[in-house]
Amino acid sequence: MTTTSAAPRHTVKPPAARRSFVERWLAMIFLAPTLLGMALFTFLPIIGSLVLAFFRWDIISAPQFVGFANFASLAQDPTVRVSFLNTIVFVVVAVTLQLGIALTLASMLQARMPSWLRVFLRSTFFFPLVLSAASVSIFMRYMFNEQFGVVNWLLSLIGIPAVPWLTSPVASAAVVVLVYVWQNFGFSFLLFLGALSNIPKELHEAANLDGATGWKQFSNVTLPLISPTVLVASVMAIISALQVFDQPYVLTNGGPGDSTRTAVMVIFESAFQQLEFGEASAIGLVLTVLILAVTALQFRLSRRFVFYQ
Amino acid sequence: MSSQTLHTGTDEHSGSSTGTPATRKTYRNRRLPAAGTVGRYAALAVAAALTLGPVLWTLSTSLRTPSESFNLPPSFLPLNPDFTAYQEVFKQINVGLLVLNSALVTGLIALGQMASATLAGYAFARLDFRGRKAIFSLVLATMMVPVQVTIVPVFMLIRGMGLSDTLLALILPAIPTAFGTFLMRQYFLGLPNDFAEAAALDGAGPWRIFRSVYAPLAVPGMAIVGILAFNFHWNEFFRPLILTISEQNFTLPLGLVTLQGNLGTGSISVVLAGVILSMLPALVVFIFGQRTLREGLTAGASK
Repeated sequence: MTTTSAAPRHTVKPPAARRSFVERWLAMIFLAPTLLGMALFTFLPIIGSLVLAFFRWDIISAPQFVGFANFASLAQDPTVRVSFLNTIVFVVVAVTLQLGIALTLASMLQARMPSWLRVFLRSTFFFPLVLSAASVSIFMRYMFNEQFGVVNWLLSLIGIPAVPWLTSPVASAAVVVLVYVWQNFGFSFLLFLGALSNIPKELHEAANLDGATGWKQFSNVTLPLISPTVLVASVMAIISALQVFDQPYVLTNGGPGDSTRTAVMVIFESAFQQLEFGEASAIGLVLTVLILAVTALQFRLSRRFVFYQ
Repeated sequence: MSSQTLHTGTDEHSGSSTGTPATRKTYRNRRLPAAGTVGRYAALAVAAALTLGPVLWTLSTSLRTPSESFNLPPSFLPLNPDFTAYQEVFKQINVGLLVLNSALVTGLIALGQMASATLAGYAFARLDFRGRKAIFSLVLATMMVPVQVTIVPVFMLIRGMGLSDTLLALILPAIPTAFGTFLMRQYFLGLPNDFAEAAALDGAGPWRIFRSVYAPLAVPGMAIVGILAFNFHWNEFFRPLILTISEQNFTLPLGLVTLQGNLGTGSISVVLAGVILSMLPALVVFIFGQRTLREGLTAGASK
């Protein structure tokens, strides 16, 4: 019963070197499912896309090296050109609307109101996010039907003649934007709501005392304080709008003509309908470059314009 | 009066309405002109009506008889519910199979993501190994690659693996998740280090520390990953459209779009009945998991 008898108990503990060896192995095992999966289903396909973009391949005959021909045909193919143009116009209009509506509603919810009402409104604006874009487009297509759609019926009540929503080029583009924004503004709304509720109340009180109210307070106090969120919300909205597919596919299938065809629809069509896998990869790469450019722009802008506390 | 003035300042954001009516009234009168308040409530009411209107129309039209489903005026409230359309949709498409496929695909993706993201997130947060930072950045970078860019090679890979037109074609590529891994890493970083130190003193190795100490604590984080995966993949349309070919492998959104294509505007209420049925699981998530879903959706923006 001397103190020395306690010593062996401590030596049972694994020494540090052994521990870190075990830890390394454990880390490898833990990372294996994710990293192997990504290698197979993300990295390999990216390399595949990069290679495929320089080949002509219909899956049946042997792939044929064509250099930059796929990229050149992008610039010349009127359908591809129109689709990219459509996508950019769509992104500008849809994202502006989405952010504008989201920020307006989120600011309105900051005002004093009964808590049940605030919870109800927050849930309501959030709700479309849990629906499938395909299902939403299915019922919206009926709502915008020219003869028996509920939208034209409502318009007829205030004396507006029936609009050919899905058969006129401009109106169908507007429908795609409206349906997309209807489903997605809730996401930006949640981001803004979080940012606005983080602003210390004293700042608004101080602004009130200084006589800055209403719009002046919003643009000089609120907006600078939530500018990091505005930037993140814009970039996330732009990136997801660049990839729009479900809504135009179900609502209009790109028509009438090419008026609602988007970049991703063209990827889908050239690969899986025309079997031009090389051209589809080339379009996909151009889209990726656009997305990376937006992300890079975010970092530059955030250094310049965003006010961090 | 002193208690009233106290109240006016407290519940701006907490949402609990503690002020007496009298207090609120003075508050409003002092700060906001009545016209502004009325305008704000009107705008919020219009926004709420425009958001809920289409869903209510869909519900009440699905509860009209197929023959009168496109009669005007439209119906927004199901006052005389008729379930013919719901019987009809089961006759037109194999709803049971579509639900089963969707549930299998979504459930297995969610479970796979929860498991793989927990392990990888734990490794990045709490295990020490060479290249940890670089590998984590690489994982995060995959979030910027849109699925549309990798879909052509993935399609070919799936063919090469002999999995084309199977449910596994939808499940396997969706399991590795950069966002889920990111969320779980954040989650483990938020847990205190003391537990690990105490367990190590008791002689527990790295595996025991994970298994007995941190894994049981990870459940709330895993719930976020699972609910996000469920919400995304239950509603997914693009990948099933490409990776499944025969109707026996269709998931719900794809089956419904096909149904609309077949029925056109013949019997709206039948298609809408299918749409409402497909919304039910999303509604359950919305009612019971809204907070978790909100946390997950906004987590990516606040890193």
